[in-house]
Amino acid sequence: MSPSTASELGAHPLFASLSPSALERISTFTSHVAFQPGDIILSEGGTAEVFYLLRRGKVALSAHAPGKGHLLVQTLGPGETLGLSWLFPPFLWQFDARAVELVEALAIDGPGLRDKLEGDPGLGYELLKRFTPVVLERLQQTRLRLLDLYGDRARADGHGLGQP
Amino acid sequence: MTLADPRLAASTHGPFTPSVFHVVGRAQEAPDVVTLALESAEGRPLPFKPGQFNMLTAFGVGEVPISISSRPGHGPLMHTIREVGAVTRALCRAALGSPLGVRGPFGTDWGLDDFAQSDAVVVAGGIGLAPLRGAVQALLDRAGLPMGPRRVVVLVGARTPDQLIFKRDLEDWSRRGQVAVTVDMAEEGWEGNVGVVTHLVDQAAFDPNRAMALVCGPEVMMRFAIQALIERGVLPTSIRLRVSLERNMQCGTGLCGHCQLGPYILCKSGPVVTYPQASRLLTEAEL
Ligand SMILES: Cc1cc2nc3c(=O)[nH]c(=O)nc-3n(C[C@H](O)[C@H](O)[C@H](O)COP(=O)(O)OP(=O)(O)OC[C@H]3O[C@@H](n4cnc5c(N)ncnc54)[C@H](O)[C@@H]3O)c2cc1C
Repeated sequence: MSPSTASELGAHPLFASLSPSALERISTFTSHVAFQPGDIILSEGGTAEVFYLLRRGKVALSAHAPGKGHLLVQTLGPGETLGLSWLFPPFLWQFDARAVELVEALAIDGPGLRDKLEGDPGLGYELLKRFTPVVLERLQQTRLRLLDLYGDRARADGHGLGQP
Repeated sequence: MTLADPRLAASTHGPFTPSVFHVVGRAQEAPDVVTLALESAEGRPLPFKPGQFNMLTAFGVGEVPISISSRPGHGPLMHTIREVGAVTRALCRAALGSPLGVRGPFGTDWGLDDFAQSDAVVVAGGIGLAPLRGAVQALLDRAGLPMGPRRVVVLVGARTPDQLIFKRDLEDWSRRGQVAVTVDMAEEGWEGNVGVVTHLVDQAAFDPNRAMALVCGPEVMMRFAIQALIERGVLPTSIRLRVSLERNMQCGTGLCGHCQLGPYILCKSGPVVTYPQASRLLTEAEL
């Protein structure tokens, strides 16, 4: 357990203002990782055993659409959290994640932390309070994208062309 | 109205008779968006301020309000038009050399003189970047000067990469200011962001206490972008937006009343208004 890892965890928005003892407990499950541009970080359908607190670089989430190849559905950058599936059954990745730039992150061992949280409900509740807004924000962004945000969807979809 | 009235500057015939301009350049910005460069047939440049609009006539088809997308005093007059109906279709298809009618400029402008020492935050969605283009260029030219902004942040959202307009400008601006572009969805190979434009507001580096924001895009996009700006701490009075509210503008001079909304005549009180004014307009629209 290194005090510097705990303070690095505390410097990330997800864990900001978490108590020093909570940060130390999480830091036991934390390692430093880096990915080169193009590296695959997560693969759709793979077991979700980790999550990443991004500190540098950009990551693209993509899904395979038959006949269309890989479609990028979201990008994440410094200060954001990559990987939510480690927390909820069936613990499988829903998307591929690829490093677009050199990525540096703190990787947290999901199953290890989950076991810890089972016996430490106080910390478990604290983490759920922090993960829930991330899930909610992603949901709201997804809803916004369902709206015709830029006023051109009806046309692009081939209807609503206005008068002939 | 006097001859010094800018509405008369480009016309010898009065504000209701279009002056003839010729198409001297065309650029296909997106599959359904074209920028036209126009020059006066009478050799009279048209004085305007960024944010104002002209009434453009496709002869034999009709007349529509279109914002000016160029910067005052720099080359030909430019308009960037999305093809949505009969008139915009005719304008988008106007060939090089063909004549178009121009009346204007009309309406309020972005008020760039109020941006001294501010953090200028420009948020645009889709074709909404068109009325902001001249403003961004003018702000970047003034950045760092006593009467200019301290920094310029440009945040742009589009549905897909091919719907992004002014790609070359965006590259140029990113060398001179902070530019972030996001799309709703992209194919692999796209190196920009994927996500909603409100997310860019959360991530951008600016001081909310000094921010002066300019917002333009479809209403739903503006509503959420403004919400994100206010959540970042930007004062509602420091947010300006361009409303069109799909109102049918006809005379452009406040006389005909076609664009009237409650007590407001949009072609004169707008199209650029502050957020507190806009929320009153939107409330009127719901009545
Ligand atoms: C102040 C102002 C500035 C504008 N600037 C630009 C610009 O820079 N570039 C540009 O492409 N368009 C701009 N518009 C919108 C443009 O005027 C309309 O798209 C145009 O009038 C449509 O005419 P049309 O005959 O081609 O289509 P119509 O057959 O009249 O309409 C086709 C479709 O477009 C919708 N529509 C009509 N007017 C508007 C409007 N004002 N806003 C949103 N949707 C509308 C209609 O509801 C309909 O669904 C501006 C509008 C205003 C009021």
